[in-house]
Amino acid sequence: MNKNSKGLQRAMTAPFSVWMAIFIIIPIALVLFYAFTDANGSFTFENIMSIWEYRSTYIVSIELAFVATIICLILAYPLAYSISRMKARHQQTMVLLVMLPMWMNFLIRTYAWMTILEDTGLINTLLKAFLSLFGYEFEGFAMINTDGAIILGMVYNFLPYMILPIYTVLTKIDHSVIEAAKDLGANGLHVFTKVLLPQSVPGIISGITMVFVPAVSTFIISKLLGGGMTYLIGDIIENYFLGNTGEVNYNVGAALSLVLMVLILISMGIMNRFDKDAETSGGGLF
Amino acid sequence: MKRFMSLLITVCILLGSLSVVAFAEEQIVLNVYNWGEYIEQETITMFEEKYPNIDVNYTTFDSNESMYSKIVSGAASYDIVIPSEYMVSKLIQEDMLAELDFSNIPNYKHIGEAYKNLASDPENKYSVPYFWGTVVVIYNSAFVSQEDVKDESLELLWNEKYAGKILMFDNPRDSFGISLTRLGYSMNSGNDKEWQEAAKELSEQKPIVQAYVMDAIFDKMEAGEAWIAPYYAGDALVIQETNPDIQFYIPKEGTNLFVDSMCILKTTEHKKEAELFINFMCEPEIGAMNADTVGYATPNTGAQKLLDPEITGNELIYPDEEYLKKNTEVFINLPQKTQMLQSTLWTDLKIISAEDGTEASAIDWIDAFCIIVIVAGGISALYFFIRNTKRKKLWKQ
Repeated sequence: MNKNSKGLQRAMTAPFSVWMAIFIIIPIALVLFYAFTDANGSFTFENIMSIWEYRSTYIVSIELAFVATIICLILAYPLAYSISRMKARHQQTMVLLVMLPMWMNFLIRTYAWMTILEDTGLINTLLKAFLSLFGYEFEGFAMINTDGAIILGMVYNFLPYMILPIYTVLTKIDHSVIEAAKDLGANGLHVFTKVLLPQSVPGIISGITMVFVPAVSTFIISKLLGGGMTYLIGDIIENYFLGNTGEVNYNVGAALSLVLMVLILISMGIMNRFDKDAETSGGGLF
Repeated sequence: MKRFMSLLITVCILLGSLSVVAFAEEQIVLNVYNWGEYIEQETITMFEEKYPNIDVNYTTFDSNESMYSKIVSGAASYDIVIPSEYMVSKLIQEDMLAELDFSNIPNYKHIGEAYKNLASDPENKYSVPYFWGTVVVIYNSAFVSQEDVKDESLELLWNEKYAGKILMFDNPRDSFGISLTRLGYSMNSGNDKEWQEAAKELSEQKPIVQAYVMDAIFDKMEAGEAWIAPYYAGDALVIQETNPDIQFYIPKEGTNLFVDSMCILKTTEHKKEAELFINFMCEPEIGAMNADTVGYATPNTGAQKLLDPEITGNELIYPDEEYLKKNTEVFINLPQKTQMLQSTLWTDLKIISAEDGTEASAIDWIDAFCIIVIVAGGISALYFFIRNTKRKKLWKQ
């Protein structure tokens, strides 16, 4: 019986293993291959070395993604906490509302932000109309095509990925623990720093990874909301693969994405150190 | 479970037989790859009605370069592509186009002599011109003063008075073309110095540019979001229909003349049907329908006769040949060295800060920061490595 169930288990994982081999392992191997070869297929370090040229782009990408992640965290934590303290019925509705925007296509949602933020867009038109009632001549805010618009796009698109894991962890915290802390004389701040926060670390960490990783590698948000004014590392990788700048070079493109992957792996490794002491049960992704 | 399995098998057999039936009818699918908003969709339906055994699978691209990378990557197979002249010559050089059998394209006789045997395809063996046009400067006359446009110059794109309301092409070939022409150089210059100068001008322009975009120029100009942009004459005419404030001129410094041509890729399995399609598109009535929709100039003299004389008489859309010869330049395929330089300069332009147009101020601390991060990363990795090995040793003891 035991033997049988083990065989069954193996059989059940087979489809995923095949999937993983075809769509994860082989592509990564290809990226590695292209990154360390030149156009003729012979081994070289040149692609990796040429990346030094793009250090400022890496910095900008990481900077924008970092700011977006922090904003997401600040917005998501209180929201996740208040959802987790609601009645079960209300919780379901709120989680549904958080997920609702994700049912629409990512690109369409980003296009929608363009028409909201433009100089002749929704916000500026309404503000102008409102202020002209009082006789003010209002020039409008310059919002689209700025770094701020890119950060907004990242926050809007990836916020649910921050809320959900934190919410999952917070619902698992027994309310009586908080009561016990209060009984023992802890004030609100102490309850938060000594009881809530340490227990929600796994959720925060998986939230940060799930927001930071897609934000740092995005290229379409910077193109649509940034107006092509700020290049993120994703834009440069796209250019090398599609040849938008007149040069198709898979090798440098692969090297750029390899370095990005390594940077992400390192930052995840650092974050998982924080996670070690906390309980790994709950919203943890890794 | 058993019932489910039998159901599954039945479905599989049914699907299998269906595909066999479909195969037996030999429905041919013709993959056509064209620029966005560059055809009257009705003409495709008419073609499919005329030849019921051919289905047209019509897809679009937004730049010659993206089309090129798509066909070389082999990600999709196309039968007909409609690139611009410099891309046609690149495709011919790389032996990717099939020689056309003009006995299958009798309507080729309608194409005007001026558009045959172009520099990109000197013996005209591979391509049939589809549309041509020029790059013009379009502006919104409600916001741009007559004073600034009366000399019809490219300087308007560099006019700081309209900072934040100017658009540029998000494509190095077009943007560098404009910058080089403005400096009085050839768009096909092989001189590195001239390219660097053009790049410097573009980086000085960046702080007043609203955005680098391609097809979005259409919407942004139409809505009044931007006031000044370079764009294709045909589209400018279409924008005018919905926004009468839009005006345009051919810049006095000169401009780019482009001819987009229909070509058949060598990898096609339906060359004959593809030639049928090209022939159909060259029919005067069809050519006129397309020209009416897309607004570009048609090289088809038969179609020109069917069009509203007000359009064919418009000097901005159909400039006379004398003028074209003097003031326009066709892109040719740049040498590899210049292409690489163009790519580097364009990326540099995109990396610099939009506020002051320079990178120099930021570069020092960025370098220092990078070095610190790398060193710190190395030291911490070393530390953890040593600590872990020590622990393992202790464990063993």
